[in-house]
Amino acid sequence: MIKQRAVTNVLSHYRPAEDRYDELLSAGASPAAHWQPLLRQFNQETLDSLNLRAQTVANAITEDGVTYNVYEDPLGAARPWEVDLMPLVLGAGEWQRLSAAVAQRAELLDRVLADLYGDQTLLNEGLLPPALVYGQAGFQWPCQGIRPVSGRYLHLYAVDLARAPDGGWWVIADRTQAPSGAGYALQNRLVISRAFPAPFHNLPVANLANFFRSLQTSLSGFAPCGNEQPLCVLLTPGRFNETYFEHVFLARYLGFPLVEGQDLTVRDDAVYLKTLQGLRRVHVIFRRLDDGFCDPLELRADSVLGVPGLLGAVRAGKVLMANALGSGVLESAALFGFLPEISKRLLGQPLAMPSVASWWCGEKPALDYVLEHLDELVIKPAFASMRMEPVFGYQRKGVERDRLIRKMQSHPHAYVGQELVHLSQAPIWTGQPDRPLAPRSIGLRVFVAATPSGWQVMPGGLTRVASEAGVEVISMQRGGLSKDTWVQSDASKPTTSLIKKRLLVSDLLDGERDTPSRVGENLFWMGRHAERAEGTARLLRAALNRLSGHDQVDEEALLGLQQAARIFETLPEPDPDAAPEPLPRALLSAVGDLDHPGSVASILKGLQFNASQVRDRLSSDNWHALNRLGKPLAPPPTTADGAVRALNLVLLDCISLAGFAMDDITRDTGWVFLIIGRRLERLANLCTLISVPLFSDRFSRSTMLEWLLEVANSEVTYRTRYRRSPELLAVVHTLVMDPTNPHSVMYQLRQLQQELPEMGRKTGQLFPPDLSDFERTLRGLDLHLFEKKRPDEACEALGNLLRDIRAAAYRVSDEIQRQCFIHTRFSRNSGRRNGVEH
Amino acid sequence: MAAVRYHVRHDTRYHYDQMVGESHHLLRLTPRNLPWQRVLGHHLAIRPEPAKQRDFVDSFGNQITAVQFTTDHDSLEVISEFWVAVDACPPVSERAADLPWETVRDSLRYRADRRFPEDHLKATAFRFASPSVPIDSRYADYARQVFTEGQPLVPAVIALMALIHRDFVFDPTATDTFTPVNQAFEQRRGVCQDFTHIMIACLRSIGLAARYMSGYILTHPPKGKPRLVGADATHAWVSVFVPGYGWLELDPTNNVLAQREHIVLGWGRDFSDVTPLRGVLLGGGDHEPEIAVTVVPQHDFASLYAEGGTYLEEVPE
Repeated sequence: MIKQRAVTNVLSHYRPAEDRYDELLSAGASPAAHWQPLLRQFNQETLDSLNLRAQTVANAITEDGVTYNVYEDPLGAARPWEVDLMPLVLGAGEWQRLSAAVAQRAELLDRVLADLYGDQTLLNEGLLPPALVYGQAGFQWPCQGIRPVSGRYLHLYAVDLARAPDGGWWVIADRTQAPSGAGYALQNRLVISRAFPAPFHNLPVANLANFFRSLQTSLSGFAPCGNEQPLCVLLTPGRFNETYFEHVFLARYLGFPLVEGQDLTVRDDAVYLKTLQGLRRVHVIFRRLDDGFCDPLELRADSVLGVPGLLGAVRAGKVLMANALGSGVLESAALFGFLPEISKRLLGQPLAMPSVASWWCGEKPALDYVLEHLDELVIKPAFASMRMEPVFGYQRKGVERDRLIRKMQSHPHAYVGQELVHLSQAPIWTGQPDRPLAPRSIGLRVFVAATPSGWQVMPGGLTRVASEAGVEVISMQRGGLSKDTWVQSDASKPTTSLIKKRLLVSDLLDGERDTPSRVGENLFWMGRHAERAEGTARLLRAALNRLSGHDQVDEEALLGLQQAARIFETLPEPDPDAAPEPLPRALLSAVGDLDHPGSVASILKGLQFNASQVRDRLSSDNWHALNRLGKPLAPPPTTADGAVRALNLVLLDCISLAGFAMDDITRDTGWVFLIIGRRLERLANLCTLISVPLFSDRFSRSTMLEWLLEVANSEVTYRTRYRRSPELLAVVHTLVMDPTNPHSVMYQLRQLQQELPEMGRKTGQLFPPDLSDFERTLRGLDLHLFEKKRPDEACEALGNLLRDIRAAAYRVSDEIQRQCFIHTRFSRNSGRRNGVEH
Repeated sequence: MAAVRYHVRHDTRYHYDQMVGESHHLLRLTPRNLPWQRVLGHHLAIRPEPAKQRDFVDSFGNQITAVQFTTDHDSLEVISEFWVAVDACPPVSERAADLPWETVRDSLRYRADRRFPEDHLKATAFRFASPSVPIDSRYADYARQVFTEGQPLVPAVIALMALIHRDFVFDPTATDTFTPVNQAFEQRRGVCQDFTHIMIACLRSIGLAARYMSGYILTHPPKGKPRLVGADATHAWVSVFVPGYGWLELDPTNNVLAQREHIVLGWGRDFSDVTPLRGVLLGGGDHEPEIAVTVVPQHDFASLYAEGGTYLEEVPE
């Protein structure tokens, strides 16, 4: 039965195009020997089971969250990576030749970089036109004269290859600054091998893990770290980058912390990682950030992704950049024509692998040739920084063609004409019974790592597949399919992986490693924003309720609430020169107006931003609650009643957030910051609120106590205790002194006294800021003074104390910010020391 | 004529809206020694005291002082003071002056069959578009008004300078440091930085090499008025590569060749290479620097600074 349904020949009806090389069939009448083991495996299975495997591959991709962010994709930013079931197989002998050629090219380009950023003999001897160096933004002037500490400019180099109809390989593009794809290649291997059963694992395929191990140990080995343990980090532009998934994946696989520019700082010409446990020296930066963005001080000033002063650290030889800053200068098809001569000059060898025929228009004869043969060529930008899409000459007609020609004539050195490449084809799995395999154009990206003993080529690579049959342009920028790439290996070697098969007791973590300061900072501000949103919402709800006057408009209470809202910067200070905004409108704007920084909507937006930065530390329920937060305010409510309803919903979500904060998050160092953030914000807000009546005259004060209890969320506490309308003494006790009321000043102070030292222990910081003096003063406060008929003096004294506590809370916040997140010192002299006298 | 001696003082003060915890700055305030310019002592005073200060020389040969602060500060004050002796630049020989501009242009073009002479190769660094200077046919068209067929280079460059001086209005309100040069070119107004960028764009767009000169110029107070401290400004002008001579300096803002009254700090492809002060702050909010420049000839120094207040009171010998 099974036999009858088996796919006996997956190759039936596989019809490659005649005018190009076919990976499977062009070598002879039947598939080459290195394809046979794989084809045998396929032919042993049924169509259904193979389709099931294809589905397993797709599922694995989704489960692992492998994505490639496609710019301007209407379907959303992240698109799942697609992997074909059928790998590309390359024979051992062919691979040997190919990898030797690619290693030679790595060596050559490394030497070219050393020359361009060194003596520039290539320019001197006329082997390279100055336009290709000085005439492009990719040449980083500030990097001139810097020699990398490793002696190497390239540590991971990638090259895009295509196979010509005659079976030879051509170089299409060089990726020299921060090549992407090695991680995807590894991911493809993991997914494909997971989708197949055991016999598949015994096929003679070269293993990829050794390559990554070499990359990892070489980078550490090159680290300028003296006797210290080397610390390598992977620098990413952040989660909006199209290959962010790969950054996360590679960082985990290589065991390098994944950092953004803001996680690093340069001190005394050395690079440090900001962690909650202090600054940690970084020796190697494996970067995925383009040259120009790496240092806003010396490179592109508009970059917010880089590390100010990084180039200074490189110049001082205290950090290794992989790849060296400035290596993007070689990502230019305009160089191709010059490489054969340069190879003879620098290596004393002919260039082993040709580049696709290219004419750099900066030379007059080349420009003339390109314009004459426009229909047979692709016009490409000479430099990567130009961000221009390749143009097929034959597709340009009429006015468009004239415009292209004019552009090329006025800036000839910016264009390259390149021969149209007939890409080779390889079979992809279609799953269809009549034609399970179909030919599709492919390109191969190969990776090379610098090791102390020479260049090591990854035995495999990233095979990219054209999006449709007949399409010649392959670009991940457009989304697309890729393949696992198999290199036939001579002997079956033991397989190794950097990923442990399973965890052992020695791998168990109950604590944590260094937590990046950014994590602590965002949790801290999450705490502060959550508490501020809640406090502001309560305040506005109280005001709106009194305004809409289900009873009567309560003018007196409204005045006090307005005063408090102004101190909170929720309502603007009245502008003496302008007509006052009607209160209802001002309150509505304070609820929902995103342009108003103190509005509930804005605070929630800030909270969501902080949460998004630490998303991996939040449970999905917590995350959903966070996502829900701003919804009741979009669109912003337009009536007082609508606003109150929206605020009720917001407050419910705030309360569930508070629950998550207490019960749902692992109590690590980050958590302490979240709690301290909440506590400090609540302390400051309470002090603000309570001081409003304390600093008011006696009559106004008496009208404020009711809303004060309501906004401070202590109505129930008060009512159950005293069962009468609010009186000053009892309100003061409830909101200030009562250590059991979680909404009292005393409660916050006592909690902070436990949490701040805890933070100090966890971060190893020298001085956990101390609020204990205030607790003592508060305890010593004589409440009898409030029994007086005119307790104005007592009110003022307490008001002043609360004002001091509020200021201290903000100071503590600043100090935490400084010591744990920014890692700078408070300046104790005012900076006016070295005057004109010396 | 003997060299003229000047005292130059360049004050920069930043007041930040908020405390800055960490900041990094590059100062390009040290004047260069040149065959016709000798620096006689330079003093740099920086407040607050930097956590780290280091000098290095950039790829164009300019000296840079890199400073870093890692303690809270809400202001930065940098005072640069120096004495300098400026001589006349050597005259352009007749042979160099008579060279047709097309010959110069062609000598800066790459051809696989020949090598560049060393000075030509160095000049090619200043022949292409740079961050603030585009290459574009509208600049070439403008330049061709005076760069007619067979014109000798030097008279043509001088004519271009005069043309820009005639067509453009000096107007400090029209542009700021970051106004793109295309905008200044279109509105026909701007300041020395714009005029310099425009002239460089014109020269590079027809295939010549031109660099951006950063420095100071002696100003002359109105008749009968005394010289004032802080009345001057930083200045910018152009230098163009003249084979057989070197770099000829021209000032399109004042329509003069740089002679004795121009003091060179340094040069680069455009302003972005030689920004006198460039910094990155963590925090800090809005800030506009207060800048005061005073250039005074030696004979006026004593009366101008009668009450002291300078670091370098003596002319170093």
